[in-house]
Amino acid sequence: MKDMSYQAVMGRKNEIMKASLGMDYDDFIQTPIAFDYEGMMAETGYSHEEVARIQRETKVGSTPLFELHNLTQAVRRISPPGKGARILLKDEAANASGSFKARRASISAYEAAKKGYEGLIAATSGNYGAAVASQAAQRGLKAIIIQEVFDSRGVGQPEIIEKGRKCEAYGAEVLKLSVGPELFYLLLRTLEETGFFNASLYTPFGIRGVESLGLEIAHQVRADYGRDPDAVVITHAGGGNLSGTARGLLAAGCDRTRIVACSVDLSGLHMASDRDFNRKSFTTGHTGFGIPFATWPDRVDVPRNAARALRYMDEYQLVTQGEVFYVTELLTKIEGLERGPAGNTSLTAAITLAKEMDQDQVVVVQETEYTGAGKHHNAQLSFARENGIEVRRGHPAESVPGESIVIPERLEQVRGRVQDLDRLRTSYLKNAAKIYHPDQWRDVDFRFLAEDLKVDEQWIIDHLADMSLVEN
Amino acid sequence: MEKISAGTWVEIEKIILAPEQRAPTLPADTRQVPYVMRVAGFLLNDAEIGETVRIKTLIGRELEGKLTSVNPSYAHSFGKIVPELLSIGLEEDL
Repeated sequence: MKDMSYQAVMGRKNEIMKASLGMDYDDFIQTPIAFDYEGMMAETGYSHEEVARIQRETKVGSTPLFELHNLTQAVRRISPPGKGARILLKDEAANASGSFKARRASISAYEAAKKGYEGLIAATSGNYGAAVASQAAQRGLKAIIIQEVFDSRGVGQPEIIEKGRKCEAYGAEVLKLSVGPELFYLLLRTLEETGFFNASLYTPFGIRGVESLGLEIAHQVRADYGRDPDAVVITHAGGGNLSGTARGLLAAGCDRTRIVACSVDLSGLHMASDRDFNRKSFTTGHTGFGIPFATWPDRVDVPRNAARALRYMDEYQLVTQGEVFYVTELLTKIEGLERGPAGNTSLTAAITLAKEMDQDQVVVVQETEYTGAGKHHNAQLSFARENGIEVRRGHPAESVPGESIVIPERLEQVRGRVQDLDRLRTSYLKNAAKIYHPDQWRDVDFRFLAEDLKVDEQWIIDHLADMSLVEN
Repeated sequence: MEKISAGTWVEIEKIILAPEQRAPTLPADTRQVPYVMRVAGFLLNDAEIGETVRIKTLIGRELEGKLTSVNPSYAHSFGKIVPELLSIGLEEDL
């Protein structure tokens, strides 16, 4: 009988991965840090046309792009003269399962069916579980979703409970777990037990599926406004939404479009803490994922991550929970569009951006998500209050994650905080140096790092010297 | 105690890792508690709450654990009204 202890299962990681993905990452890996990223992406073998056809089959894509006229007007009233770009919203809630994650799951499900797997497994607490379950249902595959749901008291946030319900509604088996990073251990164990396909968020199939979102935005903005989008704002957590969308935009030739990431600031809360678990009101799209994944993407459930945020990011804004809830309510009241709060994170940053951009420019918010019981800002705020979090109106700068949520009093108080990208890049470099000592880096490493950080090789050399990483 | 009939939709609970078996790098509060799984399925044999049972999940997989609830339901809602939200969008000079 196989040893199923934590250490033993983690030790079998590579063989389990190979069997559950039907692809061998060794084909692309060059050094402990460098790998052939474009070669790996090409390995999926699907052209953009094929992706579009596969996605049409399972009710994914071709979502509407709306202009938010009233919000744009409201932003112009608080902007300097001539400023206040048009704000457009890509209504991704229209995908099967209610979020852009359907794009991410669609190609994995197609690939799994084609390769003859009996089912799919995904470890996720986000909308991705529902997307995998919905795509599996349509392809005649079984689905197992492994989800972090409750703390040691057995209590879970309404939003997470709803996401679990939705997976079950599509016929998936949902393994609901207490707080902890051992989700990955259970994923490996379940992959081994079932022989199912690993529908990881971070495979080339997942990212390939999101590229269609960038392509659609490019085509829709060009058709309606006769220009390329000036900026596209993307909620950032694991980096797949950003990488896929940016790759799609680039494939469409939008090489001057500014790629702006946005996360909810949850600094100070520990992501693996049983106590902190229910002291946050966002379960994804926050800094607890956004920062670690940007500064070291290869911390995931596949040997190399196809989602690489810093490779594409031009700007990174942080917003508070209260600001996102405010904007969610505003979208409902003045645009007549009720959508889930997590999907509106990037909308919050778009307000800050639009204020500084010219009126003839276009900023695109590239997703929405479905809403309903549990998955609603009122539900999340009510739960926060019951868990001892102070909820009040005021200036968002006064909020402290895990202690208070301050909902802005006025639109002009909504202001994303632009982060120093070089600090993130330096942090990435330090992580790379921990994995593989800089003394050993060769040309291929410098080239890879420069591409992965969107800088030139000289930047890498200069910053390595600054950090004294090359010593001993 | 009341017998629950085979075929009933139930939830089971299972300790996946005891505190000492958990991942090495955990914050102190998480390290003290076991890693627990809950999963719903159809009960395979008549049983009472608290017994170790086998279930068949929605995809037909058989799993074992302690029987904890019968007809597990979803009761999440929109929560208690948060009055602070109500005036947003109405108070702005739009």
